Amino acid sequence: MLAESLGLSAILFVIGVIGVLTRRNAIIIFLCVELMLNAVNLTFVALSRYYGMGGQVFVLFVMTVAAAEAAVGLAIIISIFRHKQTVDLRNINVMKG
Amino acid sequence: MDNYGLFYQFHFYLFGIIAIVAAVTFVTRKSPVAAAMWLVVVMFCLAAEYVMLDAQFIAAMQVLLYAGAIMVIFLFVIMLLNLGEASDIADVRGIWGKLLAGFVGLVLLAEVGVLTRTGIPSGKFVVGRDYLGAQLARYGAVGAVAKPLYQDYALAFELTSVLLLVAISGAVILGRKESTSAR
Repeated sequence: MLAESLGLSAILFVIGVIGVLTRRNAIIIFLCVELMLNAVNLTFVALSRYYGMGGQVFVLFVMTVAAAEAAVGLAIIISIFRHKQTVDLRNINVMKG
Repeated sequence: MDNYGLFYQFHFYLFGIIAIVAAVTFVTRKSPVAAAMWLVVVMFCLAAEYVMLDAQFIAAMQVLLYAGAIMVIFLFVIMLLNLGEASDIADVRGIWGKLLAGFVGLVLLAEVGVLTRTGIPSGKFVVGRDYLGAQLARYGAVGAVAKPLYQDYALAFELTSVLLLVAISGAVILGRKESTSAR
């Protein structure tokens, strides 16, 4: 089932990319990033049947990074919301030149 | 290719299709709460796939960490900021954003099409066919993951704790109010 797993993982990753590119809600973009991380995890697990246990260990690391990223990212979103009263990316363009 | 029973294949495809449908629904929802709940569905389906791919411990961690902890943080923030209602202004980008997204999606899918034709490379890194089953039978579902985690990847594991510490400190500093930081 390697080809099917990799195909499913790729489709989920593409859906995540399309979500990041088309949505403007900062929280939904974050959720799309989580979806992409999940798709990569599926690739790791599927390949770990052929390349040994390292893939499954790496999935644990990816989950840890995802948790750290969610904590910091959501803190940033909260502090932006405090300033702008919105999470719409059209209104958050202070870094634009 | 390996031989799998019809039962196995049926459920593999079933959960895969549910995951794709839920992911598409997730991306197209306007309300952040609905989107988050659909993402939970995707994560549960992926946990089922992990079980079928001989990664039982990872499946449990997927449910506990992703569908449990991380999604609860997201829902907590959504409800804390009172963003549960769909915004009245549509938050989907215009025609150029959609075209760009469609183009990127097509390129990535074409890449997948090419990659599925090549098959997995066979080299010295490829383990035997029943390697994972033997590891699971010998060490158990948790021990098979824990053994490389605490032996081969011990340094990375320790660095992970530093990463988590930094993330906690960063979240606290970012999250506190300006007035308290000004003293």
